[in-house]
Amino acid sequence: MFDRIKSFASDFFVTGEPMIYASDVAIVLVLAAIIFTLTFLKKWKWLWREWITTVDHKKIGIMYLVSALLMMFRGGVDALLMRTQLALPDQNLLDPEHYNQIFTTHGTIMILFMAMPFLFAMFNIAVPLQLGARDVAFPFLNAVSFWLFFFGALLFNLSFVIGGSPDAGWTSYAPLTELGFDKGPGENFYLLGVQISGIGSMATGINFLVTILKMRAPGMKMMRLPLFCWSVVASCVVIIFAFPALTVALALLMIDRIAGAHFFTMLHGGNPMMFLNLFWVWGHPEVYIVVLPAYGIYSEIVSTFSKKKIFGYKTMVISLMIISVVSYFVWAHHYFTMGASAGVNSFFAVASMLIGIPTGVKIFNWLFTMFRGRISMKLPMLWTLAFIPCFAMGGATGIMLAMAPADYQYHNSYFLIAHFHQVLIGGVAFGLLAGMYYWWPKMFGFRLNEALGKWGFWFFNIGFYVCFMPQYLLGFMGMTRRVSTYSADTGWTDFNFISSIGAYLMGIGFLFIVVQVLYSIKYGERDLTGDPWNGRTLEWAIPSPAPHYNFAHIPEVKEVDAWWGMKERGESLVQLNRKKKFTPIHMPKNSGIPFIMAVFFFISGFGFVFGWYWIAALGLLGVAICMIARSNNRNTDYHIPAEEVEETEAAYGRV
Amino acid sequence: MALSNNEAKQRSSKHDTSRLLEYQRHDGPLNILGFWIFLATDLILFACLFATYLVIRTHVDGGPTDKDLFEIPGFTIETLLLLTSSFTGSLAVYEMRNFNKKRLIGWLIVTVLLGIGFVGFEISEFVQYVGDGATMQRSAFLSAFFTLVGTHGAHVSLGIIWMISIIRQVVKFGIEPINARKVFIVGLYWHFLDIVWIFIFSVVYMTGVVS
Repeated sequence: MFDRIKSFASDFFVTGEPMIYASDVAIVLVLAAIIFTLTFLKKWKWLWREWITTVDHKKIGIMYLVSALLMMFRGGVDALLMRTQLALPDQNLLDPEHYNQIFTTHGTIMILFMAMPFLFAMFNIAVPLQLGARDVAFPFLNAVSFWLFFFGALLFNLSFVIGGSPDAGWTSYAPLTELGFDKGPGENFYLLGVQISGIGSMATGINFLVTILKMRAPGMKMMRLPLFCWSVVASCVVIIFAFPALTVALALLMIDRIAGAHFFTMLHGGNPMMFLNLFWVWGHPEVYIVVLPAYGIYSEIVSTFSKKKIFGYKTMVISLMIISVVSYFVWAHHYFTMGASAGVNSFFAVASMLIGIPTGVKIFNWLFTMFRGRISMKLPMLWTLAFIPCFAMGGATGIMLAMAPADYQYHNSYFLIAHFHQVLIGGVAFGLLAGMYYWWPKMFGFRLNEALGKWGFWFFNIGFYVCFMPQYLLGFMGMTRRVSTYSADTGWTDFNFISSIGAYLMGIGFLFIVVQVLYSIKYGERDLTGDPWNGRTLEWAIPSPAPHYNFAHIPEVKEVDAWWGMKERGESLVQLNRKKKFTPIHMPKNSGIPFIMAVFFFISGFGFVFGWYWIAALGLLGVAICMIARSNNRNTDYHIPAEEVEETEAAYGRV
Repeated sequence: MALSNNEAKQRSSKHDTSRLLEYQRHDGPLNILGFWIFLATDLILFACLFATYLVIRTHVDGGPTDKDLFEIPGFTIETLLLLTSSFTGSLAVYEMRNFNKKRLIGWLIVTVLLGIGFVGFEISEFVQYVGDGATMQRSAFLSAFFTLVGTHGAHVSLGIIWMISIIRQVVKFGIEPINARKVFIVGLYWHFLDIVWIFIFSVVYMTGVVS
């Protein structure tokens, strides 16, 4: 009996790696510390009532942000491990198998569990406030989305200590990921973790599209929408049309693995290329899903910090929508070398290059907005300024990759690695950080320390170029992606060493950001005005942090920069409070169902990972019961009494 | 009829009665638009399954082909059952507009029964194929067939459970804006599945039989 338990445990838990034992200890210690602190401070009830059951978009946004930053840490540590392994030739820090796991988790986490939730944090925090709305269209569904992401990410990360990490790359190409080549539960963790959080992403896409189409303040026509909201529209449209393809790709591979079907196998007529097609039909639009909202953030910031109306509002909107449509017609550029006909490759090459045109329009519009503006160099603007040259360079190398014949040379080399890191870090991560700095006072009511932030900014930026510029050259020298080591006579040592130094500089930059947050929690300048940057859109018209109901009175919108226009006319929401009677505000009630339902999803996913189907079925049953319970619940909303609204506004000094 | 009409108007006097019942509460239009967009995502999901099916339809690996497998009476009965259920589903919404609770419930029950009949025939079709050795594991074609048609069947089964839950709520709360919205939305879902079935009928079964 004991032997059986022992042999089960040695399969179940990942063993044999000192690094993993250290993580086990760290996980247990952190969990114990969290449980102890919550119990000691008697905060369990608070946690449940204020956070776990919340349907408030502002709090959900904060939870997304915290999760994203934690995942950025994990993905970043993976990156540093890889760069340490590659710093010198013939190193043995990571064996090839472990290296495969690390680059797989790095890629999956950074795209799906860092960029996506970071983005959704920005959606949640800014969109309803910019629209003059009191919440999103479906607050309950919004909580469901968050918890599905959370437990999907948890399931994926669990593979590190239980069962073993996935190791087939973040793209998880078949037939390598078929049962015949990849037995372990790691790949199942990937399929289910990504699937569960993907359902949440799809729901978020629907939620925010409906919110923007239906819940704008009176007078806010579509062509008066803040550009960030427009970018969310574009991004949501792409989510809605692209994510189902991922769902299908993962589901079919799952069916192959657990039911022995033959979609992507080498035997019995399977077609592995079909997986690549389905994956990239989602995968390429996915990069536009993450970069479009970043464009929106830059547009808000450039306009605010140049104290000018955005240059070419209409062309900005048109180019966003063009990008969202053309993004569906570029996916095959991920495998020009597959051997498709010249016609197919030309089509996808031309479509890929076409995207550069609307993107170029946007870059020029940002530059023209800054032209003769009174620019103030605050942190959000600094990251935006760093973005422009970085992204332009990444775009140019993208055009090089888009040329099908030339791609035969660059394909899967470090040139590609450098390119997509330059657009994803320079485009997306810079944008998300800029957005975080920009909306931080609105989220928490205080500003982040500028000096520490600037240290972080310079370390991260200089580190970025030191890290990735040598990788372009390594690509030209023939270094391919996903190699775990190389020998000295390849001549790659110098550039690899420089690149690793850059990675560590970026790590230091990240640490500065962490220190900056911790320092500012204690010493940060409180934002008493609600409008720390002299902003232009409605979120700056209300106090920081925004009250539970956002707007005591919904303002009437007359132009694109609604709040700026009000300020120019000497109007404010305080006047509205004085002029109009307070009325009860209709709000959604908190609910524990989203959390419980996501726990059942997690249980079910865990059952599938190990092939324990009775657990999987139990989990799905729990999900169904949660749905029926929700459907039968008629007590889902309430009214905040007018007196309470008045009291809250009075506490902010706004009556 | 006039009486029940008045009764219903009285009950919903708080709401904007110039609009259809399902649009009268503030969340009605939001949920309905949201559901239309959800259907768009579901449509893409089926489109991907259809694309996969078409790519590997002929990859039979020496096993049974679609022509060997499909029998005209079986899928014709399934089609008739599902198309009829779509019609009875519309009748249910029609009776809801007339505020006739009994008939609404009656037509919903008929719709559910036809749906159950459809799923039953489909299961027996699958069981027969498996008995003949045409399992999902036999060839890529069969993997794609069972997955595409099975996904549709799973959608219908889910719709049945959903509709039963809504019948229960109509019995309990009557015809009011929330229930009207739910009946309308489950109706959208049901018609959507009907449209997908028409594609399955023509792309999978008809093409299979004539090829």
